[in-house]
Amino acid sequence: MFPTPIEKTSGGLRLAYKLALPIALFLWLLPLLAIFMTSIRPAVDINSGNMFGWPSAFNLVENYVAVFTQSEALTYFWNSVKVTIPTVIISVSLACLAGYGLAIYNFKFALPLFFLFIAGNFVPFQILMVPVRDLSVKTGLYDTVTGLVLFHSAFQTGFCTLFMRNFIRALPYELIESARIEGVKEWRIFWHLVLPLVRPAVAALSVLIFTFIWNDFFWATVLTQGEASKPITAGIRALNGQFVSQWHLVSAASLMAAIPPVLMFFAMQKHFIAGLTLGATKG
Amino acid sequence: MANSTTTADPAPPGNLRWQKNRLAIAPWLFVAPALIFFSIYVIIPIFQSIALSFYEWNGLYDGEGQSTAKWVGLDNYRKLLFDDERFYISLKNNVIWLVLYMLAVPLGLAIALFLNQTVTGIRFYKSMFFFPFVISQVVVGLIYGWFYNPDYGVVGSLWKWAFCEETINIMGNVTTKCSTKPPDILGDEDWATYGIIFAGLWPQVAYCMILYLTGLNNVSPEQIEAGRLDGAKGWKMLRHIILPQLAPATFLAIVVTVIGALRSFDMIAIMTRGGPFGSSNVLAYYMYETAISEYGDRYGYGSAIATVLFLIMLVYISYFLWRMYRDEKDNS
Repeated sequence: MFPTPIEKTSGGLRLAYKLALPIALFLWLLPLLAIFMTSIRPAVDINSGNMFGWPSAFNLVENYVAVFTQSEALTYFWNSVKVTIPTVIISVSLACLAGYGLAIYNFKFALPLFFLFIAGNFVPFQILMVPVRDLSVKTGLYDTVTGLVLFHSAFQTGFCTLFMRNFIRALPYELIESARIEGVKEWRIFWHLVLPLVRPAVAALSVLIFTFIWNDFFWATVLTQGEASKPITAGIRALNGQFVSQWHLVSAASLMAAIPPVLMFFAMQKHFIAGLTLGATKG
Repeated sequence: MANSTTTADPAPPGNLRWQKNRLAIAPWLFVAPALIFFSIYVIIPIFQSIALSFYEWNGLYDGEGQSTAKWVGLDNYRKLLFDDERFYISLKNNVIWLVLYMLAVPLGLAIALFLNQTVTGIRFYKSMFFFPFVISQVVVGLIYGWFYNPDYGVVGSLWKWAFCEETINIMGNVTTKCSTKPPDILGDEDWATYGIIFAGLWPQVAYCMILYLTGLNNVSPEQIEAGRLDGAKGWKMLRHIILPQLAPATFLAIVVTVIGALRSFDMIAIMTRGGPFGSSNVLAYYMYETAISEYGDRYGYGSAIATVLFLIMLVYISYFLWRMYRDEKDNS
């Protein structure tokens, strides 16, 4: 292990390390802690400039309830759910199919098609913005949850296919070969043999895509306008305008928007990190 | 590879041609849904945007549903390159972003080295350090926007504590006297970009850290032992034995950081909207501002900006694809 395990060093160093850990963490998360403290302060603290000291009262429940009752936050929140969940299902499903097609068959276009998905996945959003918005307006999908779901699903399919194809490629090919020799149909090989084996990849992709889509701001701004279809990220910005200098409410709303991906991360940490770090260990 | 040693095909010869055909069609059936979907929303729009950059268009259609776009040739590019100061400010800021964002790579490595221990509770520390990456950039932008606020934020409070004196007069009124005014980081033309980048580094460092932690986990213990026997320690060990083995993690960290830097949009939209006076603009936000914000519906001009950004990104995409192609060839 590198650096040298701290257990093997002198007692003084060990103690210093154990002290340094919480201090470093405190400094690292200071902005987050500060905004959390703000989110539980009463308005009077904000106005009197007591931003850093002990809160004069703990208004945790009041502030968070106020966000939901004084604004459209609940609608935004629900919209985010309606955008995120279908996107995860569609993009991961399509990627399972495409990833299988690109990994298992050695046809001439396998590599070019694979590279097309990778390249598309890295383009700047702005190069897609005008045509996608125009397409959505023309098809009546502008400012709808469906419009967002369709675009996100299509775009994320690129990343998911990249991931799935490499994952399936790493499976033992003899399994598929022997199934073919036994005369098992291609579709059945995919469904009964490969799909159960890619479950870890499906889990990793699902948490990643959930987080990406939940946190998306750009497309939420470009493809929606009204309250009825705005997801929480775009909604927060609207709230920011509505709650001018009511920092206790703005911070409560921001923290609330962060909760679902954070929960997702802590519940599925292993899969989340496996997904993000794919490729960090092998060239 | 192991699969090259398959035995002769036992299927009867009549079956063989059918099987071959089936194997030719099957991949297309599997790929088609994703490919069609991806083409409609990603591949085709790229070309549409490039085409649109030669037109002037406000996004409207006439009575018959025909687009009102007007062909202007290279005019948009001519204006952009020779007659648009804001474009160059944005481009310059993109370069600043790229350079400073790269700090996320060494900083992430440093934190990963700091946390790569096995003391009790280290798993908790690792996830908490990773935490900022999970939060939406909108929220990060709001947090730092408030953090920097000279009146209400942490910077303002710290400043008051250090440089201000509160006096209470006979009437009980509080007056605050400061020796210097607290800095308004996001409201200052010279500092706004740096303020946003600093905020952006927070989640990006967390991302690089997690890449390096995974990499460190897979460093071969034998090589470290061998290095120790050779007397390598500390910096020497890191440079000659650890870093070469972390090369894949470093590559990935650089790729995601470059892309993150060029895609920076959310935090600029939240923290400054490109201001003050366009001083913190980047191409991604400038394009949006030109095309669909309150400043106008210049779809054609916006598309020209997007095309420039795309071409810059294409350099990195090509390099990434070339590396993947090399690896594919090595593996097969």
